[in-house]
Formats: sequence, C-alpha cells, structure tokens
Amino acid sequence: MNYKKILQKYRKDRTRLIEILKEIQAREGHISEKAIICVADELGLSRAEVEGVISFYHFLSARPLGKYVVYLNNSITAEMAGREKVALAWEREIGCRFGQTSEDGLVTLLETSCIGMNDQEPAAIINGVVFTSLNPDKVKKLVGWMREGRAAEDMVEETGDGANGHELVRAMVRNNIRKTGPVVFGEYVPGQAIGKALETTPECVIDEVKRANLLGRGGAGFPTGLKWEFCRKEKGEQHFVICNADEGEPGTFKDRVILTERPEMVFEGMAIAGYAVGARLGILYLRHEYTYLRRYLEHVLQKMREQGWLGKNIAGRGFDFDIEIKMGAGAYVCGEESALIESAEGKRGEPRDRPPFPVQKGYLNLPSTVNNVETLATATQIITRGASWFRSMGTPVSAGTKLLSVSGDCERPGIYEVEYGLTVKELLEMVGAKDTLAVQVGGPSGNCISEAGFGRKICFSDLPTGGSIIIFNRGRDLFSVVRNFLDFFIEESCGWCVPCRAGNVLLKKKFEKIASGLGTVQDLKEIEAWGKIIKSMSRCGLGQTSPNPVLTTLASFRELYESRVNKEADFIPEFDLSRAVAEASAITGRKFQEEQDHA
Amino acid sequence: MSKPVIATASLAGCFGCHMSFLDIDERILDLIELVEFDKSPIDDIKKFSRPVDIGLIEGGCCNAENVEVLRYFRKNCKILVSVGECAVMGGLPAMRNTIPLKECLEEAYLNSPTVAPEDRLIPADEDIPILLDRVYPCHEIVKIDYFLPGCPPSADLIWEALTALVQGRPLRLEYELVKYD
Repeated sequence: MNYKKILQKYRKDRTRLIEILKEIQAREGHISEKAIICVADELGLSRAEVEGVISFYHFLSARPLGKYVVYLNNSITAEMAGREKVALAWEREIGCRFGQTSEDGLVTLLETSCIGMNDQEPAAIINGVVFTSLNPDKVKKLVGWMREGRAAEDMVEETGDGANGHELVRAMVRNNIRKTGPVVFGEYVPGQAIGKALETTPECVIDEVKRANLLGRGGAGFPTGLKWEFCRKEKGEQHFVICNADEGEPGTFKDRVILTERPEMVFEGMAIAGYAVGARLGILYLRHEYTYLRRYLEHVLQKMREQGWLGKNIAGRGFDFDIEIKMGAGAYVCGEESALIESAEGKRGEPRDRPPFPVQKGYLNLPSTVNNVETLATATQIITRGASWFRSMGTPVSAGTKLLSVSGDCERPGIYEVEYGLTVKELLEMVGAKDTLAVQVGGPSGNCISEAGFGRKICFSDLPTGGSIIIFNRGRDLFSVVRNFLDFFIEESCGWCVPCRAGNVLLKKKFEKIASGLGTVQDLKEIEAWGKIIKSMSRCGLGQTSPNPVLTTLASFRELYESRVNKEADFIPEFDLSRAVAEASAITGRKFQEEQDHA
Repeated sequence: MSKPVIATASLAGCFGCHMSFLDIDERILDLIELVEFDKSPIDDIKKFSRPVDIGLIEGGCCNAENVEVLRYFRKNCKILVSVGECAVMGGLPAMRNTIPLKECLEEAYLNSPTVAPEDRLIPADEDIPILLDRVYPCHEIVKIDYFLPGCPPSADLIWEALTALVQGRPLRLEYELVKYD
C-alpha cells in the first residue's frame, strides 16, 4: 500500500500521527512493521516513538486482526446485565477465546473498558459500530451475518431515538433522556449566545461566566471563568480551546447524549470560549468509542459555518473561529487534560507535569483552555440567559444543573438533568431504585456510599461527580464491583508513576487475599496505607483516585471486609508449598513430600 | 544482661547482601561486642542452638528448601528482617516469573546451545531442592517484621538498622542511605 499517499493527505503533520495510524489500520486491518518504518521515516520520528504510540492506545494494533473486530465492553454494569453469557456466546459461535482471532481470520474478540453505554449493556463495538443490549441470540445472528460478509453498519436493524436515527449516525444507541432540565435540555435557539457574546467584550463574557459561578462539569469542578481568564492573560502567538469529549469514567455517558442532541450548543460554547480567551481554533477531542458520531458532528459544524456561527467574521463582528475534530484511540487517562493535549498532538497520552498548567502551556505549548462538553454547553446557556438566572438553580456553591448518567439496578436508567443539591435518596426515588445497597457516585474514581450516606447531596461541596451514578441493590456482591473497578485502573494506568503502575496491582492482590478469606487485620491496615501512598505519589488524577474503589468501600462497608478477615491470626500466607512445587514435580517426575521440622 | 542473638541466612540470593554486611569493616569489632551470632554462614553454625532475637534474611524463595529454611527462621527468631531486593521483592531470580517453569528448564537444560547433545536432561535428582513454580518474596511465605531495601543495602544501612534494633532506638535514615539512583 502507498503509505506516502496517506501521509501526504495529512500533510506529514506529526500532530496527526494517531489519525494516520488509524487510517492505515482501517485499510489494512493493522499497522504493519513496514508501515511503522515508513511513517517513522516520513515524519522524522524514531521507530520506537511510532511503536510507543501504537502500543499506548487500546484501539491501535500492530498485530493483524480479523476482518471483524469485536470489542466487548467489560464494565460492571455489563457484568450485571449478563455479559458473561454474551461473552461465552461469542466464544462459542466464533470458536476462539477473547484476545484471539478465529482461525479463518474472520473475527477477533477483544475486551474493552467502558464505552459509554452503561444504560444499555452488554454492549460492543464492532468495526466502529456500536451494538447495545446484546444477548446470546443476537450474538448468534451477528455472527451469521459476519459469515455472510455483511458490513457492520448494515447489521444495525433499528436505530435509536433522536439524532441516533440521523442518516449520518444510524446507531442503535438510545438516548434514554429521562428528565430534562432548564440548562442543557432547556429552550435553545442556536446562534443567539455567540451573537450576544460578540456584542460585548471578552472580559464581559468572562465576568458573566464567573458571576454565574460555573464550575467544571467533568468532575474536578475548577471555576470555568477563572480558567478562561488565566488563559486569556497568558501571552502566546495563539490560544486554543479544547473540548474534552473523552468521557471515559465508567458509568458516564452524558457527553454522548449532549453531542447527539445538543452539538450546536457545545460548539457555540467553544466559540464563546474562543472569543473569551482570544483563540481562533477549537479542537473537539472525541473519544474513539464515539467515532460513530463523527460524520454527524462534521455535518453540524458545516451547517454552523454556513449559518455564520463559525468560520470567518462570525455574526458579522469580525471574530474568526473554527473547530476541528481530533479523535482519541482508546485510553481512559486521556480524559485528564494534559494527557488529552499530548494525545491531540499525536503522542502517547501520558499526563504532563503541572505546572505549567495547560492555560499556560497547553496544546503545542501554547495557552489552552480545556473544558468539558457539558461545561461548554452550559456556558452557552449562561450567556443567553444570564448569570442570575443560572444562579437561581442549584446551591450557593454549586450553581445550576448537572447531567447525571444513571445505570445499574434501577427501573429507569439513563440521563437526568437535575439541580445541584439533590440528595441521593431523592435521586434513587426518581430513577426507580429499590432495595439499594450502594451507590457509586462519580464512577470508580469517585465514592461508593452506603445507606448511611443516602441523605448526602450531589454537589461540589458534598458528593461531586462528573455524572456517573451506578446503583447496586442488595443482591449484588460488592467485592465483584471493587474487583471490576481495580482491574479497570490496572488496565488504564499509563505506567509512568510506579505507585500507580505497580501499586494498583499489589493493591488488587491484597484485596483478593482478603476476598478469599486469607486476610488478617494487618492486611486491612496495609491496604489503607498502600492506598494512601498510591494517592499521594502519583502525578495525575488517575493514580490519585485509583485506590478509591477499595478505600471508599472500606469506609462505607467496613463490616463487609471485617467479616472476611481472620481477627485472631497474626499472619496468613496465601502461599501453599504443595501447590507451588506441583509444576516442578510434573516436569521432573519427582514426588514431593513436605518434610517435618528441621530441628 | 546477655547480648542479643542474631542469625542470618541467604536463600535465593547471591550472597551480595552478606558481603555488604561485611563491608561494615572495623565496625565488626563493635558488632561482636554488641551481639552474638547463632545460625549463620558467617560462623557456619548450621542449626539454631537457642532462641534468636533478630533474623536477617537475604534472598527470596525459589525452591522448597528456601521455604523450609525461612519457616525455620520464623519459628526461631523474634524479629525477622528481609534484607535486600531479592528478599523484599524476589529480585533478579524473580525475572523467571514471567516465563513458565517448563520453558525455563527446557531452555537451560535441553535447548541451550551450550548443552552437549548427550547432556540434555532436566535434573531430577532427589537431593536437589525442588523448584517452586515462581520465585516468592519472603513476606508472602512468613510474616516479615522489617524490610531493608537495596541491591545490596549498603553496609551503613545494615549497620544503622541493626544497631537501632538492638538498642531499641528509632532509625536515623540519612537520605543517601535509601537513595538508589
């Protein structure tokens, strides 16, 4: 294949490396050694740099894959919805295990972390197309079609509601919007907000957002107005606005629904941010799992350009701003803003040291503001309706509304736009959750609370969340939840900081020791001590929150752990000598008898 | 008051930690004023002759004999210390942990280019300690009270830790003692 032609298409732009590799993989099924050498040569990179990028991202592959690649999601709600049976059905129908390719080279089966479909699990991505609510019968049908050679997009029988049914999307994904609110799903006329913003000065726009007390909706809650102000004040040849559409926190899918139903509101928010910070270019960093939305989003951008809301001389006021879409390639850590920037530059998505912060040295080392999808959509509404309207909702500290992605054990999983200050108990009633044991607020990196905490409020000063709410009823084994979450962090750690890379593996081992009944009080103490080390010695949010599945369940459900540990024993080894020598016995044909005491 | 008794052992290690211990140089004269040695390669005492206060373990466990010796130490020592990377983490020997035991043995005794065709045989003599499926750090087998990191831990670190234990005072850990880059 002519790799040079592909490289020319991307103007040999190093920041487009991920896209280049994706295109090669789309054409050839994988990225061959020959391709790696050619790409490295042409971009002036070392081979290791290109290989490093490929090995970093979940959806890039240097080994050949099947004609169909099935990425079956392994999040906890998928497990709860019968993932195991679905996985077995895949293996039975295809005749190979997960992690392998069928002998005829037709299908590769792989696992993947949360794909943002928690309310319609078990779900899988097949050749970029999302398939939701799978069961063994559907798997059988899909495999039949694969054998007939049907294209993945033609396997979608019924499309979902709203823009999921648009001809450029054609996804079976459902929005499941259960409760609309006045902000994101409120009354909205595209173009109004940017027009209004351009009538004032950038400083006024920043002031309005500051007055509204808009805090970042991705989870960290940094004041948006302040971020824009910092970015504006920073000197640089160019400033950038980056929209973080890489929601990877298991259990969150609200950005997917916003981008499906309110993309104009997000893009308008980016233009407003661009005006505020003095940027002319915005980048939508879209997670790979949402590739199916890309063509539609490009179409929306084009429409907005035609209407004069993007592009040159917006609303006739001499402000130029345009937006391009950059795709992720599968890495949870890229939701962290500095890792996202690295990835947008076409590199491995490893978090940077901070300071300097992205507002100082961001994309291409130039001042950049990175904001969450929901934050930008909300900013659009604040400019249209004003700060005091916004502050009339929510609590004094946490103004406005929040989109919650609710999944797990409840009658009505889906999207809820609620005012901040809602108690967990009120939420559970709203979503039809009964006999609830635990609620995971903010995903695995957040907080697992028990009934004792159901009176707590969802807001920045009590229970902050990027939007992920997962409910577990009393029939669930909390240990399997923790296990799933720990596996997630082990898989997604970028590997830079040892406490995160190795610490989480050790933490999981210790957890399994306790789960298997071999734990002691000392093991519980060590879990807590090690958790603290991992949190304090890792440089990004991933490591800093990765022990939370254990630490927060230990805080809320201590009795569960205590019931499994041996309170008398000083030390219980997991080690079993006869098991440990079994392999050597088999190889050498020797019989091993444990000797009695030495002395 | 009688002197504290110490014992040492080298399991799956290279004796480097013992060599580092001997690097305390002339302080060995102070040491024998301070403690008495029981079972140890240093005095070649093979069996414990009395209850021991402090056991120092070099090396992890790669075979059944290592496990036996380690358990024997645990039974006879009040305080047990993992000394050095191999005891603490498995160390260099643990590099085999990612390779199945069968493959390791086949590579070493059957397929290696330096093995003469007539010598191709995986040792199975009953007198050789039988190998474990992987190399284990000591604390996965018995309770370990303290850990001294390093490959090897420096003589100063071993000296400081040992004298602090014997004298019952807190460790004075200079940054240089636990800095490895």
